[in-house]
Amino acid sequence: MGRFRGIAWYSLLGLLSLVFIAPIVWMLTTSFKSADEATRVPPTILPADPTSSAYDTLFTGDSQTPVLRWFLNSLVAATGQALLVLIVASMAAYALARMEFRGKKIVFALIIATLFVPIFTLIIPNFLIIDRLGWLDSLWALIVPGAASAFGVFFLRQFFLGLPRELEEAALLEGANSWQIFTKVILPLSKPALATLAVISFLTNWNDFIWPVYTLFSPDNFTLPPGLGTLQGAYNINYPVIMAGAALASIPALILFMVSQRYIIEGVSRSGLKG
Amino acid sequence: MVDVLETATTSASAPATRAPRRGAGVTPYLYLLPYALLFTTFTLVPAGYGLWISLHEWDYLLPGKPFVGLDNYQALFDSASPVFDFFWQSMQATAIFTVFSVPLLVTVPLAIALLLNRSFKGRTFFRAVYFAPYVLGVAVIGVLWRFLLDPNLGAINAMLGAIGLPDDTAWTTGLPWAWISLVGVTVWWTLGFNAVIYLAGLQDIPRELYDAAKVDGAGRWAEFRHVTLPGLRPVLLFIVINTILASSNMFGQAYLITQGAPGVETRTAIMYIAEEGLRNYRMGSAAAMSYLLTLGLLLVSMITFRLFREKD
Repeated sequence: MGRFRGIAWYSLLGLLSLVFIAPIVWMLTTSFKSADEATRVPPTILPADPTSSAYDTLFTGDSQTPVLRWFLNSLVAATGQALLVLIVASMAAYALARMEFRGKKIVFALIIATLFVPIFTLIIPNFLIIDRLGWLDSLWALIVPGAASAFGVFFLRQFFLGLPRELEEAALLEGANSWQIFTKVILPLSKPALATLAVISFLTNWNDFIWPVYTLFSPDNFTLPPGLGTLQGAYNINYPVIMAGAALASIPALILFMVSQRYIIEGVSRSGLKG
Repeated sequence: MVDVLETATTSASAPATRAPRRGAGVTPYLYLLPYALLFTTFTLVPAGYGLWISLHEWDYLLPGKPFVGLDNYQALFDSASPVFDFFWQSMQATAIFTVFSVPLLVTVPLAIALLLNRSFKGRTFFRAVYFAPYVLGVAVIGVLWRFLLDPNLGAINAMLGAIGLPDDTAWTTGLPWAWISLVGVTVWWTLGFNAVIYLAGLQDIPRELYDAAKVDGAGRWAEFRHVTLPGLRPVLLFIVINTILASSNMFGQAYLITQGAPGVETRTAIMYIAEEGLRNYRMGSAAAMSYLLTLGLLLVSMITFRLFREKD
């Protein structure tokens, strides 16, 4: 690449980056402005007078917007679901990748089919099932049903199929049973895939919107996404407070993404391709 | 999933696994059991249960839920019924959004992927930057863009004003602006997802094919048409179907940014179904609507499969 072309090239990529990053930066800087400054026309780019008042309002807000509680709920739900997915998906994927059994093709086809059924189709019957289980307005509604997603099973099955069989065969010769092979050979070899799946499941749950909007009712039981909707209603055009809430919901996701972006992107693109 | 699509299009049976017949008997089923339990309870049962609900006048709050046969479905096609106008209005909103967002979400990410599909310093960095908005949930990007698009206080109108363009566009309440906002925000938000899938697909195209094209004296365009596009075919099929499904299930953006405004113009089918079923508790009618929507999507997906097969 010539010098001029090099500069043009990076300018293009840099400009494009700005399109994706500027709105996120705007959210963060606005959260440090006063309500007054945020409504100034034309807007200031950096806070002229940085203040944490939006965060103060957010954290000492009334009982309708217990933001720290939402943060905690989100954390519990997303962690809980990630763990549940790891357990059930790895076991099912192991059976599908390494064992022969009657009905395997049908089981597999059924799971495939659900990849193409939009989950919203089931929102009404699932609401009633959750109601029967007594889980409405509780974090169980957020943790358990979503773990039925087919993604994890596909993702891990694909990874397991790619593992060399020699170690398992050696373990088999030494008299190991399938559970020992699963926990002592397969799972340790799959740490990167398990970590990727955990992060993707965590983020999916952390960001889930429509389901918590309709299954959670008490402000104390909200997670951050439905909470942001409430904040938008409660603070109307007091944008610094709303942006502070949005920042609170974004920062864990962005940090998680920064430390594991290679794996997340790899996981997303590969599962799209090979799952 | 692309493999899955491929298998489905060619209807070839899955390759036989070389696995030794380990764990015969009940063992495999025991491993499947925990997942199967969840899958049955929250996917299989609801699929049938929803159908059952749709055949009843199912009001969540009333004790009696009389069987009404296909009445709920009939009402959706009867212009005298109270749901007719609202339902088709919402279906139209979903259709408008899908028709305008899918072509953009299929082509723009491909352009970005082609841009990133060469070796240069900082490639991984830029890939991550373009992907970053996707990591944020719809709630975050919804309230963020509601702010940026605020007609009076938002940065978008301020920027347009600064370069001498009109600074009073009603991005969230006027037409066609509300649609432009919703489509634009969605493209901004999910473009990175499609781009990384394209990128992985591009990297799977064997180098030799490009070398051969060069030997044949193919130009850049010929190379793209005869090597890149055919090589991306399964990826393209996946992206098209996945994007159609995602777009036709749009909910959060309209819920937070336009709130369906102006009037109910941007209230999508999912918004209306959720409102009818889970706010007004008319679940029989809402279930019927969601089955009709799903049927429509199934049809669209099948037609897409066909179109891609015919190109063989």
